[in-house]
Amino acid sequence: MKISDNIIEKHGLKKDEFQKISKLLNREPNLLELGVFSAMWNEHCSYKSSKLHLKKLPTKNEYVIQGPGENAGVIDIGDNDAIVFKIESHNHPSFIEPYQGAATGVGGILRDVFTMGARPIALLNSLHFGDITNKKTKSLLNGVVSGIGGYGNCIGIPTVGGETKFHKSYNENILVNAMAVGHADKRKIFYSKARGVNKSVVYVGSKTGRDGIHGASMASAEFDEKSEEKKPTVQVGDPFTEKLLLEACLELMKDDSIISIQDMGAAGLTSSSVEMAFKGGLGMELDLEKVPCREKNMTPYEMMLSESQERMLIILNDGKEANAKKIFDKWDLDFVVIGKTTNTNKLTLKYNDKVEADIPIEALSSKAPIYDRKWKKTKKQNKKRDLIKTINLSFRDAIFKILKSPNQSNKSWVTKQYDQLVMNDTLLRSGSDSAIVRIHNKEKAIALTVDSSANYCNSYPLTGGKQIVCESWRNLISVGAKPISITNCLNFGNPENPEIMGQLVETIDGMREACEYLNFPVVSGNVSLYNGTNKKNIFPTPVIGGVGLIENLNKISDHKFKKTGSKILVIGKTFGHLDQTVFSNEILSLKNGPPPEINLINEKNNGEIIYDFIKKNLVNAVHDVSSGGIILALLEMSMHSGIGAKIAKPKHSLNQFEYFFGEDQGRYIIEIDEQNLNKVEELLEKSSIHYDKIGHTQIDEFQIEKDFREKIIDLNKLNNKWYNNY
Amino acid sequence: MRSTVIVFPGSNCDRDIAVALKKLQFKNEMVWHKDSELPKSDLIVIPGGFSYGDYLRSGAIAAKSTILKEVIKSAERGCLILGVCNGFQILIETGLLKGALLRNKNLKFINDDVYLKVNNKNRFCKKYSNNQIIKLNIAHNEGNYFTSSDHVKNMQDQELIAFQYSNNKGDVNEDYNPNGSMANIAGILNEKKNILGMMPHPERMTDKLIVNEDGLGLFSSILN
Amino acid sequence: MKVAVTITLKKDVLDPQGKVVLHTLQNMGMKTLSNIRQGKYFEIEIEETNQEIVKKDVDSMCKKLLANLIIEDYKIDII
Repeated sequence: MKISDNIIEKHGLKKDEFQKISKLLNREPNLLELGVFSAMWNEHCSYKSSKLHLKKLPTKNEYVIQGPGENAGVIDIGDNDAIVFKIESHNHPSFIEPYQGAATGVGGILRDVFTMGARPIALLNSLHFGDITNKKTKSLLNGVVSGIGGYGNCIGIPTVGGETKFHKSYNENILVNAMAVGHADKRKIFYSKARGVNKSVVYVGSKTGRDGIHGASMASAEFDEKSEEKKPTVQVGDPFTEKLLLEACLELMKDDSIISIQDMGAAGLTSSSVEMAFKGGLGMELDLEKVPCREKNMTPYEMMLSESQERMLIILNDGKEANAKKIFDKWDLDFVVIGKTTNTNKLTLKYNDKVEADIPIEALSSKAPIYDRKWKKTKKQNKKRDLIKTINLSFRDAIFKILKSPNQSNKSWVTKQYDQLVMNDTLLRSGSDSAIVRIHNKEKAIALTVDSSANYCNSYPLTGGKQIVCESWRNLISVGAKPISITNCLNFGNPENPEIMGQLVETIDGMREACEYLNFPVVSGNVSLYNGTNKKNIFPTPVIGGVGLIENLNKISDHKFKKTGSKILVIGKTFGHLDQTVFSNEILSLKNGPPPEINLINEKNNGEIIYDFIKKNLVNAVHDVSSGGIILALLEMSMHSGIGAKIAKPKHSLNQFEYFFGEDQGRYIIEIDEQNLNKVEELLEKSSIHYDKIGHTQIDEFQIEKDFREKIIDLNKLNNKWYNNY
Repeated sequence: MRSTVIVFPGSNCDRDIAVALKKLQFKNEMVWHKDSELPKSDLIVIPGGFSYGDYLRSGAIAAKSTILKEVIKSAERGCLILGVCNGFQILIETGLLKGALLRNKNLKFINDDVYLKVNNKNRFCKKYSNNQIIKLNIAHNEGNYFTSSDHVKNMQDQELIAFQYSNNKGDVNEDYNPNGSMANIAGILNEKKNILGMMPHPERMTDKLIVNEDGLGLFSSILN
Repeated sequence: MKVAVTITLKKDVLDPQGKVVLHTLQNMGMKTLSNIRQGKYFEIEIEETNQEIVKKDVDSMCKKLLANLIIEDYKIDII
């Protein structure tokens, strides 16, 4: 069969890429081979547009056991405990079918983590939806949230944190990023690298159906009269089967049966087999008629490209098959030896003894195209002058308006749909700066946070990239955790557009700078490009998942005020930066201007002193100042505790709006007992850190000078209103 | 005291319950659903989770498992049975407890800390004071308890309603009813009072670091 | 006029519910069983006697709300 231009295009390949394939094979590929190449050479698997730039990110520090390149990153948290984690996007499937798209996103990221031998202990997510007036937004929100809950709740892993944001740039392309975190014994980490020739390659888990065989299968259907039956179908998540797969894999991992293991994620059997063989410098031969199929008459093409969920590929040590099969039988899961490792360095696919495809492994992986795409620097916008003169709302009304706004509303409507406590180790839940999850049966914990700030990145990616790493770091510090490392999900538009490519490049540059300075490396992640439609791209949206370590469970903190009569301090200097803030967006409806600057030196110093205060038990509550500025941070401390505050701006030149709504970076608010004030001030002065004493806590009323005085209970009502009425 | 926790494929609070039981020095054993024999025990716990994915009706498939036949026999002999969340749903499906658990009135999964008013006149709650207000966590899709009003009346007369959703002052009314349950019912007993089914998770509140230790009273009541 | 609408998952879409029910019934001894797919059933009453109009109306109900066309098929029967 001749491969037409149309078929090449439907496989998402460019003409010159097809020529490169033919050159690597010394012949034209057949349809099956083309399908395999298209799966391996697409952006998702090959990172062809981002690879050159991702290399710049630091990936090591003294805690890192495994950086990017495996199913997930691994860090060492002492006592042979390792934490395995990764974030990944499931944007396009979630837009098409929000419930199943989000659910399978959660399922996929969980497999990445337990493939490495870790028991998943926490889930987080970052969700970006379109404008609330967009008619699709409401059903997408409902579908995605219940899909995430549906999967996580059923499998019994707590969803402990996340963010939900709305902006019109996501109207036609929502973002659903899910992060999974697992705990493993550092001496029992499993990798995907194959070792040894003639070892059994085993397929385990669910059967293979025609799920998610994208446009590619449409092309193949042209040659088949039964084309109706070959329409691509949406993947459906089966959390119950995943729970069985999880338990079965962890049971098998107790001894030394497994040489290597890889989850069948995107591009299923294709990418898992190629990945394992490539890393091991081996070949692999598969007998496709042995693949457990859900439907009759599935072709090798469909088997190789199916994205059916809840499946794994395992390479077993000699003689371990029978025992391994017993385990999978116990859990009612398929277990079939479908092939073996070879020394040919080729992927050989046979169907009923006939060779259907024969491709050098390198051609699919290391020889995949890498592009140095053209990119353009984003110009930094000028600061708007006299912003405050354009304010036509009172201070009080401005606060009300922000509390009622969708993006700043209380998100318990979302988080109550997730089981946050199952496994009984969640010490701090959603709505905090970071979640805290205890290591089971140990006196230590990890802190977890997911963050993004797309509007900063959109305005000036270099600063935005820096800022988002710092925000993650700050959120970990705020609960008393030592920040260890991050995972990132880079959601961008079309990289063939030099401006978008520039956003990606400069965001990475910004991230690199902050990661290096803070010794906060990237250990895993995912790049999602081509987010957008009809030349309308999404805002550049890097999402950072941060992990920190807490070595003493008695030295943690949260953002809720603890008692009345204690002192409130702002740590870090306030300059009153209003461009790109919640205030300028919600109140002034301004879109232009630069994001607040990041000063890495101050960032680190301020964070370290906060960490020190928490370790010395000097603070009752800590909250980082992020979007919404000091006012929103204070309100959250009050609203979430029911304890009021009486606040006055320090007497300096800044206007009230600038002081309270400005989003200058590297700042924290702390609540301290009066008796600790001298000690805290002494320490701050010794480190030359700027601070403002702005007031004290009081019962049930929130008050700012003469301009704002409200009952906490009423503020909570206001802040809870939007989701419940949407 | 000996306890047994039944594990179904899809159970996910089995470990949490076991941790709580261990804390109180129960001699606990985990039993897989395919087993046809139960170890000798004074307490059998059916834990929360999504047995068989809750795919047909919550608890329906687990109720048909081999081990459940043994649980029913033990129950008839007077062994104490505790079903939490999905375990409560399974007890309802087996007929050991009467009524039905419908979808929550807001049609959404609810995870929240809730206040409960305790009736202590039973083996499971005697360590609480009567009408004590405790705070436990709920996490379910189908916890909206439904039965006939005669049955509710009957249960009230016989003091078979062990827990009712309330506020922190003990007011029991619609405002403090998270899932739409009749009479704010959160947990009920059978007539012999040896079987307790409840939607809230006592095992989640056995640790001050998480929220409180309000759930310990239940396990320590069972203990002596 | 009364109409029955049956909604089932499309042929190739995974049906986790059906799969579990199938296994359970097989384990209970129903060995002749080979497959089960589950779905939803609606009975709809319509104030209209013209079959064509009824079918058209119900069809649009299915498309707009009752069925999720991404993963489900539907069948309309006048009863």
